[in-house]
Amino acid sequence: MSISTLQFRSRLRAATDHAVTGLAILATILVIAPLAAIFAYLIYKGASSLNWDFFTKVPAPEGELGGGMANAIVGSGVLLGVASVIGVPIGIGSGIYLAEFGRGTKLANAVRFTADVLNGVPSIVMGVTAYALIVFPHIAFLPFLGHFSALSGGVALGIMMIPTVCRSSEEMLLMVPHVIREAALGLGVPNWRSTLSITVKTASPGIITGCMLAFARVAGETAPLLFTALGNQFWSTSLNEPIAALPLQIFNYAISPYEDQHRLAWAGALVLIVLIVLAVSLVRYVTSRGVLKGNS
Amino acid sequence: MPEMRISQPLPQSDPGSFPEQAEEALQPTHSEIRRYLLSRGNSAVADRLFKLLMLLCALSIFMIVALIAYQLVDKSQLNWAQSGIKFFYTAFSDPYTNQPQYWDPVNGHFSALPFVYGTLVSSFLALLLAVPLAIGVAIFLTEMCPGFLRGPLAFLTELLAAIPSIIYGLWAIFVLVPLLRQYVNPALVNTFGWSGLFADDNPTGLGYVAAGIILAIMILPIISSLTREVMTAVPHSQREAVLALGATRWEMIRTGVLRNARIGIVGAIILGLGRALGETMAVTMVIGNTPEIHKSLLSNGASMASVIANEFAEATSDLHRSALVEIGLALFVVTIIVNAIAQLLVWAVTRGTPRQVH
Repeated sequence: MSISTLQFRSRLRAATDHAVTGLAILATILVIAPLAAIFAYLIYKGASSLNWDFFTKVPAPEGELGGGMANAIVGSGVLLGVASVIGVPIGIGSGIYLAEFGRGTKLANAVRFTADVLNGVPSIVMGVTAYALIVFPHIAFLPFLGHFSALSGGVALGIMMIPTVCRSSEEMLLMVPHVIREAALGLGVPNWRSTLSITVKTASPGIITGCMLAFARVAGETAPLLFTALGNQFWSTSLNEPIAALPLQIFNYAISPYEDQHRLAWAGALVLIVLIVLAVSLVRYVTSRGVLKGNS
Repeated sequence: MPEMRISQPLPQSDPGSFPEQAEEALQPTHSEIRRYLLSRGNSAVADRLFKLLMLLCALSIFMIVALIAYQLVDKSQLNWAQSGIKFFYTAFSDPYTNQPQYWDPVNGHFSALPFVYGTLVSSFLALLLAVPLAIGVAIFLTEMCPGFLRGPLAFLTELLAAIPSIIYGLWAIFVLVPLLRQYVNPALVNTFGWSGLFADDNPTGLGYVAAGIILAIMILPIISSLTREVMTAVPHSQREAVLALGATRWEMIRTGVLRNARIGIVGAIILGLGRALGETMAVTMVIGNTPEIHKSLLSNGASMASVIANEFAEATSDLHRSALVEIGLALFVVTIIVNAIAQLLVWAVTRGTPRQVH
């Protein structure tokens, strides 16, 4: 091989290297661009549409101007409350099992695997399940069954929270050093007490942020609510009746033909995204600071 | 820990016993002290009860999966008895026009074919757009990015994952679709119209392409963050070895990193596919929602998730509802399989390496 071929080759390799670097930078810009576009447009459209009415009034009748989403904000709160009552204890409980009792066992691996797979099940399927479980059956002595209700929406969201809460609390509990557990046991504290008051308490900032993350995830879910919580144009906080929710209202307004409702949809989207970004930033702040002092 | 192991004198007589001792020292869960303390606890009943309770919580995850499966199978019985597996591949022909007809709730004809087609086409388009970009971003973030940019950029891509589907849909309806309608779709028709894949018969801007693009934006962060994870799991010695042979940075990435991480990257892509298959709201808002099959990618269509979202609350008959539940069941089974495969592939690569915190 002559010298010039070698030179050509090495120049070609250098050029390829530069080209790939350029492509990778281009890809990153292309990925950041839609994010910037979405946020810019959301803030531009949402901020100009937000006003005091948005937070205090219920939706105006079809075709009329004005109105707000007060009932949807409260409704989302109710739904998330029901979801947390179901999702948080079961999620943390299974996280405790994985981290404290089942470490390295086959059962724990299976639970972990199933939780990860459950995480990937589409949210609309959760909605269908909650429908089949609560909206569909008519049983005379159980009055909360058989109709669209806030309860069914909350159940759908609660089931969706479990895998996220479970995996994040497990991860946080695993970070607690063994010395702390042994110190508690050494003082004669029973195992359950040491787990709850020492281990879980030490990891609690991390566990709480994990719950916040799950919270933020289901707060924006629309698909499972379409035929469980159904939406409501009026005030309602009853678990037994259809209830409004922020994402549902955004969806209904986005596909409506009225300009004024589009405006409200953007305002709702801005409120939703601000809540979610706050939650995610908080999670990132807490986890990057090191959940436990002197241990990461 | 490894340093400790080296500094300890190796027992010459019985080399076999050493690793076990080290193992025990590394795993204080089973230490003698702890076992002793546990055995003399005077609240054995409470302890056992607590453990049982936590076990129940853990088992509830299995029960949820079983419950979902049972409910979906049970509620789709009616349609299964009616059309069986043919539900997913047959078409009916209209007696008057002789055109194929797939979904006619009024006369009780149901076939999931156009929805399966729509889901596959939009997900495939999404992967086509998202995979090269996601791998590019992962390469940039792990191998090229200056340190001060890495954290913020990783955070931004994670933020992309936290935006709810409804907001992507909103943005797609009011920004992406008009953009496609005015500029992109005519350009596609002019350049690739000869292939038949881009026909100029849909003035709305909705359709498979719009759904594919918004899906691509949505699955990008999942693929790129998992790819990043498997790429950071590749040991540094691999990179150093390739660089020492005189490779350029790209050659190092190609032979040292991508080749070692390829199984995990395939897993990440499959996980992204799972997300794309089940994505509902954004797709429902831009795919056009007509139960038809078109060769043209610019035509309106419908996906499995979108038809459930659109019709379930107002299903006209029991058969209609049961057909929709059966589509949900298919979606459930497919996503479970896809996710399980992806998870196994990712685990195969990242297993044994500590989680990196950026």
